[in-house]
Amino acid sequence: MQESILDPRSEPDNNRLAGFLPRKPNKWHYTSGALALLVAVPLLVVFSGWLKPETEIWSHLADTILDQLVINTIKLVVGVGIGVVILGVSLAWLTARCEFPGRKWFDWLLMLPMAMPAYVLAFVAIGLLDFSGPVQTALRTWAGTSNIWFPEIRSTGGLITVMVIAFYPYVYMMARTAFITQGRSTLEAARMLGAGSYGVFWRIALPMARPAIAAGTTLALMETLADFGTVATFNYDTFTTAIYQAWFGFFSLQAASQLASILLLLVFVSLMLEKSSRSKSKYHDSMRSGEPPRLHLSGWRGWTVSGLLALLFLIAFLAPFIQLCLWSIEVITTDFDERYLGLLGHTLLLGALAATVTVIAGMVLGFARRFQPDRTTLVTTSLATLGYALPGSVLAVGIMVAASGFDNGINNLFESIGLDMPGQILGGSLLALVLAYVIRFMAVAFGPIETVLSRIRPSLPEAARSLGATSSQTLKAIYLPLLRPGLMTGLLLVMVDTMKEMPATLLMRPFGWDTLAVRIYEMTSEGEWERAALPAITLVFAGLIPVVLLTRRSLKRLK
Amino acid sequence: MKKYLLSLFALVIAFPAYAADTITVYSARKEHLIKPLFDAYTEKTGVKIQYITDKAGPLLARIKAEGRNTPADLFMTVDAGNLWQAAEKGVLAVTDSKILETNIPVHLRDPENRWFGLSVRARTIVYSTERIKDGELTTYEDLADAKWKGRLCLRTSKKVYNQSLVAMLIARHGEERTEQLVKGWVTNLATAPFSNDTKTMEAIAAGQCDVGIVNTYYFGRLKKKKPEIKLALFWPNQDSTGVHVNVSGAGVTKHAKNRDAATKLLEWLSSPEAQGKFASLNMEYPVNPAVEADDVVKAWGEFKSDDLNVSSAGAMQTTAIKLMDRAGYR
Amino acid sequence: MENLLEIEKIHCGYEGHDVVDDFDLSLAPGTMISLLGPSGCGKTTVLRAIAGFEPVSSGKIHLDGRTVSSPKIRVSPERRRVGMVFQDYALFPHLDIAANIAFGLPRESAAEKKRITDRMLELVGMEGFAHRYPDELSGGQQQRVAVARALAPEPRLLLLDEPFSNLDTELRERLAIDVRDMLKEQNMAAIFVTHDQNEAFVMGDRTGVIHNGRILQFDTAFNLYHEPANRFVADFIGHGRFLQGEMLGPDKVQTRLGILHGNRAYPWDKGTKVDILLRPDDVLIDEDSPIRCFIQEKAFRGADTMYTVGMNIDSELLSLMPSRFDYKVGDEVGIEIDIDHLVLFRHQS
Repeated sequence: MQESILDPRSEPDNNRLAGFLPRKPNKWHYTSGALALLVAVPLLVVFSGWLKPETEIWSHLADTILDQLVINTIKLVVGVGIGVVILGVSLAWLTARCEFPGRKWFDWLLMLPMAMPAYVLAFVAIGLLDFSGPVQTALRTWAGTSNIWFPEIRSTGGLITVMVIAFYPYVYMMARTAFITQGRSTLEAARMLGAGSYGVFWRIALPMARPAIAAGTTLALMETLADFGTVATFNYDTFTTAIYQAWFGFFSLQAASQLASILLLLVFVSLMLEKSSRSKSKYHDSMRSGEPPRLHLSGWRGWTVSGLLALLFLIAFLAPFIQLCLWSIEVITTDFDERYLGLLGHTLLLGALAATVTVIAGMVLGFARRFQPDRTTLVTTSLATLGYALPGSVLAVGIMVAASGFDNGINNLFESIGLDMPGQILGGSLLALVLAYVIRFMAVAFGPIETVLSRIRPSLPEAARSLGATSSQTLKAIYLPLLRPGLMTGLLLVMVDTMKEMPATLLMRPFGWDTLAVRIYEMTSEGEWERAALPAITLVFAGLIPVVLLTRRSLKRLK
Repeated sequence: MKKYLLSLFALVIAFPAYAADTITVYSARKEHLIKPLFDAYTEKTGVKIQYITDKAGPLLARIKAEGRNTPADLFMTVDAGNLWQAAEKGVLAVTDSKILETNIPVHLRDPENRWFGLSVRARTIVYSTERIKDGELTTYEDLADAKWKGRLCLRTSKKVYNQSLVAMLIARHGEERTEQLVKGWVTNLATAPFSNDTKTMEAIAAGQCDVGIVNTYYFGRLKKKKPEIKLALFWPNQDSTGVHVNVSGAGVTKHAKNRDAATKLLEWLSSPEAQGKFASLNMEYPVNPAVEADDVVKAWGEFKSDDLNVSSAGAMQTTAIKLMDRAGYR
Repeated sequence: MENLLEIEKIHCGYEGHDVVDDFDLSLAPGTMISLLGPSGCGKTTVLRAIAGFEPVSSGKIHLDGRTVSSPKIRVSPERRRVGMVFQDYALFPHLDIAANIAFGLPRESAAEKKRITDRMLELVGMEGFAHRYPDELSGGQQQRVAVARALAPEPRLLLLDEPFSNLDTELRERLAIDVRDMLKEQNMAAIFVTHDQNEAFVMGDRTGVIHNGRILQFDTAFNLYHEPANRFVADFIGHGRFLQGEMLGPDKVQTRLGILHGNRAYPWDKGTKVDILLRPDDVLIDEDSPIRCFIQEKAFRGADTMYTVGMNIDSELLSLMPSRFDYKVGDEVGIEIDIDHLVLFRHQS
């Protein structure tokens, strides 16, 4: 890297300077700009709420609950952030770099909580651990008194715990890929320079995995901010609560939009800050020189780790899973019919469709960020990933309003030139629904793809070009194979997230396109959790399909 | 040719569902509570019904945004507050129908006939049969009394049922008095408000508290699952205003393409033929006075219900939420 | 004969930040040249401009008489038939060695691919490694594969960007000679970029010294060493120290160490203050010399030893002596100047 200081191509960030100079926009500006626009339209709908400021609702909120909501939200974000980083990174380090009994199993078992929707976890946790739940009831019976101390599950701590358990897989999956693909030589060089195995972790492996960890944490926190189902189950008031109260309580979509746009602005600013702080230290992977040797945790250490991981798996997945199974058995005879196959089919189809389109769009954004790393691209790519930070219903309405606006425009146009009005075009169509998923989950696909892309040294595609490959041949022969771990992670995450997604699916599905998530909503909104268990468990199984496919592939690759 | 190309274009980019003889319903009432009735109607008349279900807020926003292109003929939702709001936003049309006016009592439908209640749910007091003595319970207002300190459990104030209850209290007592009442409730709470009625009842059964306020059908469902549970319903305010009731209901949309068909469906839903099933699917009470409630529901006993028009709940909802925020009722 | 490569006054970089500035270069078929310069001098940018990875903001690059780069034209890299060996080898980690080498031969038949791959592996002495993966090879082996891969499609010009910088010293020297012989055997025209002058001199028939995006001198190793065209080249190539003096005549200089005569004339007036470049082999330690100084440092280098001798507080010289003379730090010795090439620069105060 002798030339790195003055060679703008091999170290693209140094021509960030170019971003200040007026330059002609190129194809990367246009493509990332187009994708940003796609996301921006519904966001603009949200921001347009300001056209009619709802001063009365604002002053009411400010007088009563707003300060508490902000404090609650900060507590939650900080708590969940710290929690997912600690849990996700340590689990990733253990399974990627250490050897202990059952390690190969935990490799993929620890991804499974991904398939468990957070609101399901929340409900099961409260059901089991609240005062009236079986655990406390059993304790009271055993102690013979109703005066026993038990940690309050319906508390800030309880909610943070549930969210950490639900969202750590984002960090785990991304950090794990990063740790696995870190070259042996870099780490060995560090050992030669006298760093102990803990030193290597803190000083080399962790900083090198930072983009991946940051990407995973970003996803977890965006989901935390946008979450409504989980906090509602805990009756914990966050900023999102205010958004929904403004909408469903005060019937003011304007006020809700205004609140949501403030949330968005904050997320956008922090995304930009995080990205620009990160782009100063970009790590292209050194030549992959074999998987580094694992640290063997022998004897009691190994078993302690296995035991702790088993306990975590029990809490995060097995217990809620078993509880769902038990509930499902109660209703399986009455609720299971041939329509179920339809629900499952729709769920998988929508998941696969959304995942494919979103991952392709995410890849385009990734390339834009790579080939044109200037300010314009930074803004457009950050904007294009904002859909994930918005509460689902608000975004869904934004998209729906945009689609309806399009339809109305077309209809008015047809009417004015004297043609028959075509009626709804986008509204209620499959296309609009898939677009909604793309807008919502762009960040989920972009994160892992960008992480892997940033690790492909620029010399690899250049070598291909110098050997006579055109840019499309280079894409096919070099980028796609090397991007595969990122593409696969992106596909998996978007597919599972799409299958779990409720608000957009509910509002925008074409008639008859009910999914498992729709069924879960129907049951849970009426408090019929037992009957929600059957679709929930089916959803978990459906979510397992891509998880298992992915892990089998990544295991094969490592062999 | 132009038209052919256009329809091809429409087909390629989207699959809009269009059929003239199909009624389209946007429903916030859940599928399993409406599908059996729709199926029965289709079987009887041959009229097809397609629907999507979602929360009331998003559905309302959708109808509004779709404007005159909306495929929705009928908007169906739970809670008078939501119905009142739909009428306020101007998405519902006035429906003049002698049948509807006969079948549905005047306090359970919109004074301007834009929406009609189709089932009644009572929000009443539930208590522990082990720890509450006869005569201890009297009214909603009484639950604010200091004697209930540490004995009351409530569901969150974010649920529209509680918002409607408080709205009706405001309509009866005025804001100042109601705020004192709600503050009293909050002081008496044994634990933080629950996210749903079932949890509230389970907490009472487990001994965390002694009384709560729930919708009757949640009680019915829990009792069905755990017949031995030591809980019972109490009908409050029998000497005064009566039990707080609310409705689920529907209205024909302003831009309905199948207005007549939708009106017919609405009329049928209010008819004795459909009312029994409509109410009993969710253990609710029929709106049609000519129809008797389901046996399970009847077994909870007769009661006098509040005959204030349920639309007051909608008109007062914003005031109610603000009041609850001020009172610290989460 | 027409030149294979012709670079006319190219500029690269952004306005006001020229990384390559008015750069000229030409290359005849079958010749190998080196571009030598310190980090950040722009040498890699020149290479990347030739390969087509870097746009030029003015000037032109011609290959075989055809313009491939100008502010308006930019023939894409894959259509230039220019091979490149990267500093980090850039072997494709997901392909085995055979597939890496055959990457540039998409249109050949399978049999032809195998024939070429085998020949290339033989050329670089890597027979038997066809089905290994890059991460199973040592650095030197990866380097050989990278050269084989670049040569396989028979490029008209091969560019090598610091190809040995990631290897240890011993391997580096051996491999440099190997690679040069391989390329010569193929009669390959090549440009080799490095910051290591020994490598540059091994690989290039001639070497261009680059500083601040310009070629300062383009010459044989001998001339760069003995006839540096300017102070930077004098300083950068080889070792040496400057001694102050005053012109006595066009080829005569008065110094503290006596009058020095040179092999060429300078146009400066008598009395002009100049700096004289003294290479270590120009300074001999001679016990009998009247010019006395002290050994300040010594560096044993095998056959010879490099001494730093101090004449007084502010001035020192380097002297290279066969290692059988073994002086110690602090010894007082006499020195004698024995100079063939008198290299002078005007004194800068």
